Amino acid sequence: MAPVAVLVPFRRVASGGIRMPMWFTEHEYRVAAAACDRLIPSDPTPGAAEAGVVDYIDTLLGAFTFDPPRIWAGGPASGRAGGAAGFAAFHRLGPLDELAWRTRIEGSKGIPEREFNGPVVGWQERYRAGLAVLGDDFCDLDAEGQDERLRAHEEFVELLYEHCCEGMYGAPEYGGNRDGVGWAGIEFPGDVQPRGWSDDEVSGP
Amino acid sequence: MSYDAVVVGSGPGGATAADVLTRAGWSVLIVDKGRNHLLDPSDLTRPAADYSNDEVKFLNRHFLGPDPLVEPRTFRVGEEEGEHSHVGEVNSIPSTVGGGGTHADGKVPRFREEDFALLSAYGPIEDAAVADWPLSYDDLEPYYAEVERAIGVAGEAGANPLAAWRSGPYPMSPGAPMYGATLSTAAAERLGLHPYPAPTAANSVPYDGRPACNNCGFCAFFGCPIHAKGDPVALLRRVFATGRAELAADTFCSRIVVDGRRAGGVELIGPDGAARTVAARYVVVAAGAVETPRLLLLSGFEHPLIGRHLMVHFQTIAIGTFAQRFHTHRGRAVTHVHDDAVLVDDEARAAARAAGLPWVRGGMVEHGGPSLPIMEAKLYPWGPQHKQLMRSSPMRDRLWALTMQGEDLPQPTNRVDLDPTVRDARGFPVARVTYRPHRHEVAASGHHGPRLVRVLKEMGATWTMVATSPGLPGSRTSPVPISRHVMGTARMGTDPATSVVDPAGRVHGVENVVVADSSVFVTSAGYGPTLTLVALAARAAGAMAGTPLGT
Repeated sequence: MAPVAVLVPFRRVASGGIRMPMWFTEHEYRVAAAACDRLIPSDPTPGAAEAGVVDYIDTLLGAFTFDPPRIWAGGPASGRAGGAAGFAAFHRLGPLDELAWRTRIEGSKGIPEREFNGPVVGWQERYRAGLAVLGDDFCDLDAEGQDERLRAHEEFVELLYEHCCEGMYGAPEYGGNRDGVGWAGIEFPGDVQPRGWSDDEVSGP
Repeated sequence: MSYDAVVVGSGPGGATAADVLTRAGWSVLIVDKGRNHLLDPSDLTRPAADYSNDEVKFLNRHFLGPDPLVEPRTFRVGEEEGEHSHVGEVNSIPSTVGGGGTHADGKVPRFREEDFALLSAYGPIEDAAVADWPLSYDDLEPYYAEVERAIGVAGEAGANPLAAWRSGPYPMSPGAPMYGATLSTAAAERLGLHPYPAPTAANSVPYDGRPACNNCGFCAFFGCPIHAKGDPVALLRRVFATGRAELAADTFCSRIVVDGRRAGGVELIGPDGAARTVAARYVVVAAGAVETPRLLLLSGFEHPLIGRHLMVHFQTIAIGTFAQRFHTHRGRAVTHVHDDAVLVDDEARAAARAAGLPWVRGGMVEHGGPSLPIMEAKLYPWGPQHKQLMRSSPMRDRLWALTMQGEDLPQPTNRVDLDPTVRDARGFPVARVTYRPHRHEVAASGHHGPRLVRVLKEMGATWTMVATSPGLPGSRTSPVPISRHVMGTARMGTDPATSVVDPAGRVHGVENVVVADSSVFVTSAGYGPTLTLVALAARAAGAMAGTPLGT
């Protein structure tokens, strides 16, 4: 994608109010969102749905449709505790970084320079296969039916849950944890530079 | 190009050596295979702004390297597991400009006097190469004092009754204690232990042009966004301010070029993949105790002890959950430690006898630990209970831990060598770690684990457990050690038959190759290795440049 992609507002919304996926098909996006919502359901505090965890995963799988790729948010602060919004300016990757992250996300695809230790199955392929196996009717199942499907596909769900946790409690700049709802629900303040904490706040109860 | 010295590795050891050499007027090229996120690339005397309070970036996405996909390592417990039983992340101390100093929470204890003379103090242990160092604590003390000033250490002289003697106070007083540490140290004291503020390379007041730590809580595992951690940013800024040093980041040293008994320089592969040779009068190897022996082996060095005697710290981790919250996300992760478990007292001797050993020794015990919600979340199962667990937070905000960095005995069978099949992305054989704890470590852990639990219970824990890393056979914990402390793979000594380098770090037989990292350690002590390796690097570089302290 062209460098101007960085200028496109991140949370693109189609006319119907539905966010347009960066990498998932619209069907995959719905299945992934429904699955995430079972892994971290809202209880009364917000869960994966309210936090937009599926957008974290979609952004990760589509990281290289952005320039710079959405792999490492910038520093030194996000602006949430003062200072400038440095997280929003993602780092440029070095050649080895790009090789690592393209291989991890896209797989080695028979490209010799990615196969120095043999073929690598990428996350994109694992998600495409994993979501397909959950079934075309996954969104139509009740919660119990969905949980049963998820329990039957442990290996894929392990990957999905890791990314769910990252999208729920990671910095919002990566696409999840919308408006910090993941942190607010667990009394975690998130990033605090440049404000930090006073000595009394550290040492007192 | 030709330099007085090429320094391979920009971590605490390499930065220290470069500091001493550039101040002596030498021209120095610092090479690091990792990227530069530490210093402003347009002005290397200024810190960069790349570090942040970002768990995804630092814990999940390998920002400080090495990325195990392109720079894997391999692991096996022993030869019975074949070529290797694990490929990927093995002791990934950062591969980045600033090295291991960037990610640590900056605890920089000194060793004790007896740590340099373990054989003399306690005697041999079967199947372990227990030995005295070829230098004493007294030899190193001036260097400890010098490097504490250089990197800026906050601590309280006299607070630890078990500490070695010191010639002066710490450069700074300690920073604010974590709330949990105020409770755990009180509990430890009630049990007769001697907790004290951990000597920490994080500024408690503005120091050396860097600000005071503002207690952000993202300390262990994270680069410091405001560069209040002094190690090794302070040293590298000084180095580049001399105008006599250059930095080659993202550059892999694939070979030390040796002709007979002299090294002539190094072969480097730059970020674009292009190879070049750089000539140098001296080569300083400071790539860490895994990558240093790898480089020596890739270069064709043949000493049979290269890579052997690998030591980590055997970690015994006691975890307690509590009714109350500790807000562990505020402060420097670990502000207090106690050293009582390094003593070989009557109880430890009894435990040793029960295990058929002459003695066992534990290590420094850290109070507390970092607070990371993604790491916590992955510990809990998915489903309806997830959010409830995250809110009550038994594994983060209502958790307090005591971690013992146990002395790990040197064994020739624990080693780093070149993996026979696995390559890195540049095409070079990766380091293979073969590691199995000695029964000493297991016995020491078994002895001290319940004593750590006792402190947590005295503090009010409602539930406790003990885990170790590496995990013991039958446990659910990985046999791959999580300790980032690696030591011993180019051990120092006066006898070339039993050591790889001499007491000044010079490789026996190729004396213009100098090792300046924890590879040279003879024994591991029960203390974080950074300050000791930095002091040794300063001493080695001082000997190279003819500028030892006191001249």
